[in-house]
Amino acid sequence: MIDFGALLHGLVLAPAAASTGMIGLSPVDLAIIAIYFAAVLGIGFYLKNYAKSGEDFFVAGREMTAWVAGLAFISANLGSLELMGWAGNAYQYGILAAHWYWVGAIPAMLFLAIIMMPFYYICKTHSVPGYLQLRYGHATSGLSAITFAVMTILMSGVNMYAMAVVMQVILGWNFTFSVWVSSLTVGIYVALGGLYSAIFNEVVQFFLIWLGALLIPILGLVETGGWSGMVARIHHNFPGQDFTHMWGPMLHPSQNPMGVQWFAIVFGLGAVLSMGYWTTDFLVVQRVIAAKDIRSAKMAPVIGAFFKMAVPFIVILPGLLGLAVLPFHLYPDNVVAAHPAQHLHKFDQVLPLMMARYLGPGLLGLGITALIAGFMSGMAGNISAFATVWTYDIYRPFIKKDATDKHYVNMGRWCTIVGLFISIAAAYVVTHFGSLMDYVQALFSFFIAPLFGTVIIGMLWKRATKAAGFWGLLAGISTAVGIFFTIRFHPNSVSWFCFYSGAKPLAQQMWQALWAFVAVVVVSGAVTMVTKPRPEAELRDLVMGLTEIPSEGDLPFVKRPIFWAGLCFAIFLVLQWIFR
Amino acid sequence: MSEERHMIPVWFFAGILLFVYGILIFISGLTEWSHPPDTVLASLHAPVWWGVIMIVMGGLFIQLFRPKKTDK
Repeated sequence: MIDFGALLHGLVLAPAAASTGMIGLSPVDLAIIAIYFAAVLGIGFYLKNYAKSGEDFFVAGREMTAWVAGLAFISANLGSLELMGWAGNAYQYGILAAHWYWVGAIPAMLFLAIIMMPFYYICKTHSVPGYLQLRYGHATSGLSAITFAVMTILMSGVNMYAMAVVMQVILGWNFTFSVWVSSLTVGIYVALGGLYSAIFNEVVQFFLIWLGALLIPILGLVETGGWSGMVARIHHNFPGQDFTHMWGPMLHPSQNPMGVQWFAIVFGLGAVLSMGYWTTDFLVVQRVIAAKDIRSAKMAPVIGAFFKMAVPFIVILPGLLGLAVLPFHLYPDNVVAAHPAQHLHKFDQVLPLMMARYLGPGLLGLGITALIAGFMSGMAGNISAFATVWTYDIYRPFIKKDATDKHYVNMGRWCTIVGLFISIAAAYVVTHFGSLMDYVQALFSFFIAPLFGTVIIGMLWKRATKAAGFWGLLAGISTAVGIFFTIRFHPNSVSWFCFYSGAKPLAQQMWQALWAFVAVVVVSGAVTMVTKPRPEAELRDLVMGLTEIPSEGDLPFVKRPIFWAGLCFAIFLVLQWIFR
Repeated sequence: MSEERHMIPVWFFAGILLFVYGILIFISGLTEWSHPPDTVLASLHAPVWWGVIMIVMGGLFIQLFRPKKTDK
């Protein structure tokens, strides 16, 4: 499956091929990229000596400050595909895309910080499946761990494939070169320093992503004469279309290009889908579990939420600016593919096009480094989360129970490497079977909402039983899978689930999550009523009402997480009002 | 995070990288001063002031978080 001839060819010819893409790089740009690779590897080698025990390797010694954990938390989420994909969505759907950064993130991040984090932290779990093991037992934990491990590693491969294709189109880099150099770099530094290394590099990557992307909206707003100038240009370029209001076009799905109602945005996206991602996806939660104390663990998501709220400035605004300033239109993938002779550009290419528009030598290298950093931080998140879940939630309980701590650390290192090769193999499989990519991405979405339902019921309802956890999770996953394939094979059925026949895939995803969550609640509730609850003594430090949350009474009000969470939520509401 | 085991703070690593990048981008901006690249708003010389911002930011991180003598 792996073509070593192509690998060598790519390694040798890649620099020469750099001039065949959309953007040409100068020597200073290439130097900036090369320094970046050297720096992340250097950090990995430095941290190798600090990742000795399982606590070090898998949860970074639980000694991260709130700022370090918070920036790593947000950086692991800022993948380059996310940056380019959402800039493309902003070009396609306008500022509606910002819902995924505001209502689709901020309430969930604050909920994690204030409500859920104390339980994760006090029970000293190393992972989300680890919490499920304590709360519901091995069956639920095993189901969650296996699905998470498989999906995480496949997603990593799919992202790797998509990133390599992007580098091929934008920079003219060889596919094999991009896949191997970037993934081996991530594999080496994660295998050396474990979560320490992943988190340190994510903090560095956070700065690069912001500094590399921030100039585009700044220069774009200068060119258009500010926000009002940009809006005027968009109206001129796209007469009769509303790209700059978030809630106005939500009263009826036919009024917005996404085909979605406000109800689905608030409850499907805000209350279920985003809650599932931000509070139970171990890729991001792992960063917060590594915090040094409970206050830091609560503050980290709050810090992340402030930055998440600002991300539309470097992602959504470039998409909107693209509508205003680009002298040509961008099109969906299928339209571009159907007209190869016309050299059309896709929606997702808006960010690189804006880079090429404003960034000269040096700055362009920084911008491309930001994209590479985004890809690598996302991949490191996948790989480190996979290593932890495999070692602690699959290997230790089901394969080798009583090994030494050193044995588990070695297992973590090896499965980092093995996971990496599986990801690379998945990337090559996708090159031959492109439709697999859609299915893998869809598979991941099947588990988010049901997992959230299972975890939150377990945390808030002490009566919920072990059997309820397992059957509720299974029912939720089955519901999500069932809705997905029903719509896929019977497109007319979309109106059954979404109450509107024109619902686009993003809208379908919200309704799918909402129905899956409802299934978890109904089945968990029903099973709980007919099964025997666990004794309260076994649920101490796992469930609300049976867990003593340390008092923050000695802290000044302005140092308490609840104060900053409240401030963040107030700013979030103001933003909704401004862009309504 | 770094006190107990004398680990160099992550901010120091970030500072070094920002400082080096700032210098490269600043010099690149100076060399193209008289022959601006073919980009929109090249007359604003963004690499020069962006490079300075990165140098100052990186320098501050290096100064504030440099390893102390007791660190190993």
